[in-house]
Amino acid sequence: MISLAGRDILHAWSRFVLTGMGLGLLIGVTLSMAGIYRGMVDDAGALLDNSGADLWVVQKDTQGPYAESSSLRDDVVHSVRGMPGVARAANVTYFTMQVARGARDVRAMVVGFEPGLPGAPGELIAGRRITRSHYEAVADVKTGFAVGDTIRIRRHNYTVVGLTRRTVSSGGDPMVFIPLKDAQEAQFLKDNDAIVNERARNAANPALNRPGLPGLLEAITDAQSSNHNVNAVLVQIAPGLDAEAVAEPIRRWKHLTVFTRTQMEEILVAKLIATSARQIGMFLVILAVVSAAIVAFIIYTMTLGKIREIAVLKLIGTRNRTIAGMILQQALGLGLIGFMVGKTAATLWAPIFPKYVLLLPGDALRGFVVVMAICALASLMAIRAALKVDPAAAIGG
Amino acid sequence: MKIDALRRWAWLPLALMLLAGFAYVVARSGPLAPVRVTVATVTEGQVAPVLFGIGTVDARRAYAVGPTAPGRLMQVEVDAGDTVRAGQLLARLDPVDLDARIAALDASADRTRSTLAAAQAQQRDMHARAEVAAINARRYVSLGQQQFVSASAVEARTQEHTSARAAVDAAAASADSARGDLARLQAERQALVEQRDTLTLVAPVDGVVTAREAEPGTTLVAGQAALRLIDPASLWVRTRIDQGRSQGLAAGLPAQIVLRSRPSERLAGQVERVELISDAITEERLAQVTFATLPAGTSIGEMAEVTVQLPAAANGPVVPNAALQQRNGQTGVWQLDGDALRFTAVRTGATGPDGQVQILDGLSTGDRIVVHSEGKLKPDAAVRIVDSLNAVRQ
Repeated sequence: MISLAGRDILHAWSRFVLTGMGLGLLIGVTLSMAGIYRGMVDDAGALLDNSGADLWVVQKDTQGPYAESSSLRDDVVHSVRGMPGVARAANVTYFTMQVARGARDVRAMVVGFEPGLPGAPGELIAGRRITRSHYEAVADVKTGFAVGDTIRIRRHNYTVVGLTRRTVSSGGDPMVFIPLKDAQEAQFLKDNDAIVNERARNAANPALNRPGLPGLLEAITDAQSSNHNVNAVLVQIAPGLDAEAVAEPIRRWKHLTVFTRTQMEEILVAKLIATSARQIGMFLVILAVVSAAIVAFIIYTMTLGKIREIAVLKLIGTRNRTIAGMILQQALGLGLIGFMVGKTAATLWAPIFPKYVLLLPGDALRGFVVVMAICALASLMAIRAALKVDPAAAIGG
Repeated sequence: MKIDALRRWAWLPLALMLLAGFAYVVARSGPLAPVRVTVATVTEGQVAPVLFGIGTVDARRAYAVGPTAPGRLMQVEVDAGDTVRAGQLLARLDPVDLDARIAALDASADRTRSTLAAAQAQQRDMHARAEVAAINARRYVSLGQQQFVSASAVEARTQEHTSARAAVDAAAASADSARGDLARLQAERQALVEQRDTLTLVAPVDGVVTAREAEPGTTLVAGQAALRLIDPASLWVRTRIDQGRSQGLAAGLPAQIVLRSRPSERLAGQVERVELISDAITEERLAQVTFATLPAGTSIGEMAEVTVQLPAAANGPVVPNAALQQRNGQTGVWQLDGDALRFTAVRTGATGPDGQVQILDGLSTGDRIVVHSEGKLKPDAAVRIVDSLNAVRQ
């Protein structure tokens, strides 16, 4: 038996393929939109993965360090290391800033880390790890820096010695890793004018600048221009222990807030990116509905364009089932081409997006099922129109 | 007909292209795609570790010249930047009443000297009287023995003689007292003179004035510096090195100093001293690094980067530090056995400035290991070996 649908498609294949491609681009946009949402969630996950931590110890009653600001003294890490179940703990600082690159600047999250401890960059894609304790940096490839480049952060120049990939903040800003001490200084250091003004302000204060107490003013100025704060302590727990069981004594006895991985994900996904994620989700729903409507219209008009041929088929005694099958097959074929074009297009243009677009195979599979279902549903309308046609129309004109 | 057939089958390459493109994206992304990695072979090599620290140029010996007692500055003879010699007058403080008190003491001393002279004259007078009394007494005693004078007359002369001797002692005592007074006054005067001398501030050593912190008219408290001096030949770099990376730091090691004012110049130096007390707050060790030759125009307080060269470790397998990964709390590398990937825990030794790490245990020369990878690796994950990951998709 010859395939009626196949013959018909071949008869006007160029129109069919063009329609399929158009549909495909629409599906591609929908898949990309899903990818953007997944990318946002994955950025949040990547942030947590890259920190390598099981627990986040932050300032009491804050949801830091990502969702809120948090500030701890940098010696808190010692007391945390002494708590039961803590295998490794490290100080970390995060701050987002514009990093100068040539004449332009890139938005980056500067991470201060301690080498070899949680918070340090994981896999490198080029270069080496930091070997000096100052003025070396590892940058995410998305910042646009290459190994050997110089980054200026506040007052100091840092040499990029290594590159990472997919190390981003929850907002998708690429990270620049620098040694903790440098980061503490950079986070706190004011410009020279501000420092000079601050000194003058101290000197003008008679309570601080006492004639009978030489050295007091210098001591106060020194104390004001040093920084021993960090944003969080990242903790890795000993194998086999429950994160909550390790977190609880730190909360209770150290009077700090501690988040486990699950709680941190909750903060990042449900709080930090919730609004933008819902925004994207809303758009995704509208796009899906519009796509479905367009598919339905395309198939409907395609059938209406063939209404005379269908009338002829009916006239020569073709069974309704065969005609319905033809329309359904064509619709599914259109959907298949559309899906393949869409998936290909989405994958090809995903890297061009400024933020990460994650195309999950599961999403693609779900998309495929939905496309096929929409096509099948849309063809119902066309089938109904085709079956209603009067065979006399073939000769009646 | 032919053109018609061509038109008829023209869809086929299009369909094939679409299929190929689809197959390509399915294979390239998603769970089927291999992780791209770069691979290196463990080589035999030597690692010469360095310690890196930052410091500030500081004077080994700095002098704060100020008064020992509160006072008002009267004159300052030198200014910042002046070269001074040991003993040179730098500044003078207002002596207020010291000179008048010295004059008063001088007058008192003069009077005491007169008192002393009078006492000495009296002493001589008493001596003379005592001698006469002694002669009289002796005569009357012999006359009394021969019964020429009465016993009472003899006793009167004897008593006269005893009184005259006592008067001699009294005169001697008052002369001693006057002498003591004089000595006291002279000592007091000396004390005031010395006190006045401390009001002159002189240079303790040859050096350069770095700061003039007070001007004439200023009242200084005891210990407050009016001028600061340094010995310019004694400049060194007070270097802070992270405690965690200070292993091997010792006096005598060669060092390279890069001053912030001349970033392209690497100045030779040497670790002069490693301080026994390290900074507990910043968790840094302190070391003093001297210049081999002091560059002209070096300023105190200038920031410097110091690289201390440690002796090279023994030959052994070395790997790039980018290959080291943390997995389940262990440090190790991803090793390639043929095509199979496995995590090998290693014990690392020294790290060189170029990122080469000595492997003490776990790997041997010739092993193939993953250096860079575009994603997290799992045991037996599919990998594709490439030369460089510079052009990877972001």
